[in-house]
Amino acid sequence: MALELKMPALSPTMEEGTLAKWLVKEGDSVSAGDILAEIETDKATMEFGAVDEGTIGKIVVPEGTENVKVGEVIATMAGEGGDEAPADAGSTQAVKDVPGEGKDVGRDEPGEPPLAKEPKAEPARDPEVPEGTAMTTVTVREALRDAMAEEMRSDDRVFVMGEEVAQYQGAYKVTQGLLDEFGPKRVIDTPITEYGFAGIGTGAAMGGLRPIVEFMTFNFAMQAIDHIINSAAKTNYMSGGQMRCPVVFRGPNGAASRVGAQHSQNYGPWYASVPGLIVIAPYDAADAKGLLKAAIRSEDPVVFLENELVYGRSFEVPDLEDWVLPIGKARIVREGSDVTIVSYSIGVGLALEAAETLAGEGIDAEVIDLRTLRPLDKEAILASLAKTNRLIIAEEGWPTCSIASEVVTICMEEGFDHLDAPVLRVCDEDVPLPYAANLEKLALIDAPRIVAAARKVCYRD
Amino acid sequence: MAKPASKSTARKSAPAKKAAAPKSPAEDLDFVLHSLQEEHAKSPRYKAKDEELLKLYEQMLLIRRFEERAGQLYGLGLIGGFCHLYIGQEAVAVGLQSALTEGLDSVITGYRDHGHMLAYGIDPKVIMAELTGREAGISKGKGGSMHMFSTEHRFYGGHGIVGAQVSLGGGLALGHQYRGDGGLCLAYFGDGAANQGQVYETMNMASLWKLPIVFAIENNQYAMGTSTARSSAETEFYRRGTAFRIPGMDVNGMDVLEVRQAAEVAFRHVREGNGPVLMELNTYRYRGHSMSDPAKYRTREEVQDQREHNDPIERAKKELLERGKSEDDLKDIDKRIRAQVSESADFAENSPEPEPAELYTDVLVESY
Repeated sequence: MALELKMPALSPTMEEGTLAKWLVKEGDSVSAGDILAEIETDKATMEFGAVDEGTIGKIVVPEGTENVKVGEVIATMAGEGGDEAPADAGSTQAVKDVPGEGKDVGRDEPGEPPLAKEPKAEPARDPEVPEGTAMTTVTVREALRDAMAEEMRSDDRVFVMGEEVAQYQGAYKVTQGLLDEFGPKRVIDTPITEYGFAGIGTGAAMGGLRPIVEFMTFNFAMQAIDHIINSAAKTNYMSGGQMRCPVVFRGPNGAASRVGAQHSQNYGPWYASVPGLIVIAPYDAADAKGLLKAAIRSEDPVVFLENELVYGRSFEVPDLEDWVLPIGKARIVREGSDVTIVSYSIGVGLALEAAETLAGEGIDAEVIDLRTLRPLDKEAILASLAKTNRLIIAEEGWPTCSIASEVVTICMEEGFDHLDAPVLRVCDEDVPLPYAANLEKLALIDAPRIVAAARKVCYRD
Repeated sequence: MAKPASKSTARKSAPAKKAAAPKSPAEDLDFVLHSLQEEHAKSPRYKAKDEELLKLYEQMLLIRRFEERAGQLYGLGLIGGFCHLYIGQEAVAVGLQSALTEGLDSVITGYRDHGHMLAYGIDPKVIMAELTGREAGISKGKGGSMHMFSTEHRFYGGHGIVGAQVSLGGGLALGHQYRGDGGLCLAYFGDGAANQGQVYETMNMASLWKLPIVFAIENNQYAMGTSTARSSAETEFYRRGTAFRIPGMDVNGMDVLEVRQAAEVAFRHVREGNGPVLMELNTYRYRGHSMSDPAKYRTREEVQDQREHNDPIERAKKELLERGKSEDDLKDIDKRIRAQVSESADFAENSPEPEPAELYTDVLVESY
């Protein structure tokens, strides 16, 4: 049985090569592993070996031939035996090549990609708070703890792990009391080993548990970012929907106070750029509680960004048995008609402060808290823009490739006709955060800068 | 340099310090670190019944023939990207996985994962169809050679970042402990991954928390093009757990029965709640690191020497013949496996590519 030996593709990008040297001649018998020829590609000289025994028939392409196309017959070979198993020495399969695409053999032209699925018709809304519901004033820190405790009570797959989360009661006391109630099996102190425990948490989620992985701050999660992105975010897609990864990575994010450049960074834009992740960054206690509960219940991996400076602030939380909020929905925290201020996390407090100042000047600002950074609630942004026709973004973070940049893009691409002024970004200065008190203050976003930008888009400056 | 089989026999003696002052196990604080190695040395090879050995042989042969075919399909342009073949290392996955409790224990590995899938008895068709990027592939064609999973078999991939599977495996082991299901996680990695920091972060926590995990280092002697001697200060990888008080085992990974017996010893230790075990399986890959590796870092003679004198399939074949199997019986098996592989290759070639709409599916599980 004559088999055709074809010019092999020896790398992902190879389309043709040089048949540098034949190491066998016609009539030679060869066995598996014997090297038949040397082939030069643009990157290297590769050996082309026999994968089965047989006898070399005719050498079709002589050595020294350049630009031999992948798939071209270079020799024939007589195989051993006469069994029906085909083509073990190379292949007899006819190959349809696509010109210029060595690796796309046999592939149909994909045509136009279809549009991504439209969001579901009925948008999720915050749950109704019935008239007369009691409100409890709690700190963001307590709201986060309550969210975890409630979910741990109702689902025994949920557990918390991280540095100092158990016996120390949390570096920022967010996990206070959890060890007492749930014990060391479900509240796990880890060594200082972010890469390792992020991987263990992610693996535990793949295996069916519901881990909450606390990073003492998200600055340290840079040591673990490979697991957040490569292991957690991509698993469902790479497995064709077979393997899920319902893990929550949470901890404080953004600048704290006088802790210097390595401990003061907003990672929101980093994570929000990754398909496969949910990214949440709440401001007040009710959102912190309702969204953390939703994050723990989600089947998807969630990055939950808190803020150290907000932990101690108190807000009202509805006294409802199961306060869960929808992921992916922004909230209008202050209605207005003259200009929209889009913000999230600690920036929301500054935006509200700015709105008060602006009100005194006769500018009625609407403040939108994005709450979720991925998926971003475009509809809420565009609806507000359609109403006010002017929009600025207030973000405690660097301006370049930021959430602010993304919101600007959305307004340009989908809200251009509604714009009466350019969209402006109000962000931190584009420098590593300095330590000196005066310099730090200069670097960080504040309410006066938001006010100035709002005046500008209202042409009132 | 690269003599996996002979290496294991040359290093059985305990360190001189201990030899000078023999102690009873109770007095020897480091007893646990070498106890499994010693237990294995007492009876290194699994006493396989004829039909057991035949099954192991068939599994190894299926991997060999499958991988040869994958190599051809790559050459024809039907498989793209990276493709890491398991040829030469078959005894490791087959020997270890044959000792697992199916449906209970979990397995995770790196990107050289075709053999581990096949050792589970997963249909070669859906594996080959994944390699060719077709809808019928086990990951719907969206994963490729390096990203294949079967949660049904508790096989958790198929990971492309060197060493990441080790800490993920730690998490799978934590899951077994958390649920108290008596299962263990078998986490494979290579001699290259053995130099990644997260491997040691995981060993520390696994030993500290007594996680039911077996760290299985497949030492195929080369991390891509870098030999162990050029990359590793300690090339006796089974000792790498010593700092974390994890017992090590040095195993000839070219003999499926030795691998199987070592697995019996290691798995028992882990199942009894003693925490992790580190196994070094000394093996050899005949092909390049990936399809695009010209393998200039070793001589052709070195590879041929391994193929001729140390091949795990030839070893098992010889033993089967000694036990009375006929050449014809084995030829029939080879024929059957070739036909099965051919069928899977035809399937993989003729199956349709994923629908364009699949581009947008499975990014997230829920809709928001």
